[in-house]
Amino acid sequence: MAETKVKMTTRMINGQTGVIHIVGEINAFAENVLMDAYTQATSQGAHNIVLDFSDLDYMNSSGIGLLVTLLIRVNRQKQRLVACGLTDHYQQIFELTRLNEAITIFPTEADALSALN
Amino acid sequence: MTTPPSPSNENDPRQSAWSPPVSRMKVTDVPAGAMNLNVDGRQPVSPLQGFGQMWQKTFQVRLTGVEMTPAEVMQVWKENFPKFQPPENRFYPTMSGLKPGEVVLIDAKVPALPGTPSVLPVSTGVLVLYADDTTITVMTPEGHPESGWNTFSTYEEDGVVIAQCQSLCRPNDPLYEFFNRFMGSSGQQDKIWIHVLTSLAAHFDVQGQVTTSKVLIDPKVQWGQAKNIWQNAAIRTVVYALGTPVRWLRK
Repeated sequence: MAETKVKMTTRMINGQTGVIHIVGEINAFAENVLMDAYTQATSQGAHNIVLDFSDLDYMNSSGIGLLVTLLIRVNRQKQRLVACGLTDHYQQIFELTRLNEAITIFPTEADALSALN
Repeated sequence: MTTPPSPSNENDPRQSAWSPPVSRMKVTDVPAGAMNLNVDGRQPVSPLQGFGQMWQKTFQVRLTGVEMTPAEVMQVWKENFPKFQPPENRFYPTMSGLKPGEVVLIDAKVPALPGTPSVLPVSTGVLVLYADDTTITVMTPEGHPESGWNTFSTYEEDGVVIAQCQSLCRPNDPLYEFFNRFMGSSGQQDKIWIHVLTSLAAHFDVQGQVTTSKVLIDPKVQWGQAKNIWQNAAIRTVVYALGTPVRWLRK
């Protein structure tokens, strides 16, 4: 059985923004971890969600699918989802899969927080 | 605060499982028999660019008794990919096979009305977005009946290899959405994936019972994408087919 190889920690900024720091791999088995992190952020009042990929080891196509389902949940709650810390490779994957048309990408967490505030 | 990502994982060999950047699909190698319509020059589309409701459908079969690893089963699946499709859904991989960045042409026939024979031609294709030892994901082009991804994967659970087809898609335009909701197209697509998994199981002499799970991810339609109908592959294929006698006379 494939197992979860990812850890996510959630940190609140100014009561408005939740930063989800991703460490490890995002694949199909990361769904519960990702959705739990999102729920934790929103339960603390986050309106903006920042996905910090700076410690991402690997993401496969199922992982990209998870991001789409998360994006739809965020949009339905009229929240905003942005990403930061993507390597050049994963920025290309966001462009290839056209996720970049719906999720704004920032180089660093500081850039993301600056833009959101 | 984080710093920009380090390049430590930039050379991870698994990254080659992803397709190189593709802005528009390019067909360079047309297998014999394939129509090659509605693919060349089209942009690949994700579930975000389609029109209709977004569904995640998961089909699974347990390959009980098969003494192979998930990667070995996937290798067999890749080698026999066209063979496991139903007769009315012909797949034409290039000579390179199902590799990241390759285009697979598809000539399908669909019923005009629920319960009637599949007679209407639809020529389209898919881009191999991702392929590793246990997973293949294909991405559809503009005009394809669905906008999004289909992922074929294998994994092990309780000592048994599971083969899975999972789609994350929206119908691409209002006509496809209408056919999906009211004319049985959605069920027709489901039958294709059930056929694929049943055929795969039969290849290993397993009488597989395919389980299905459907989750409505986004109930809203995206009216801003209604314009996608101009690239509708079904309409364009029928128009092309109707023009065949004229093209033949002009030769």
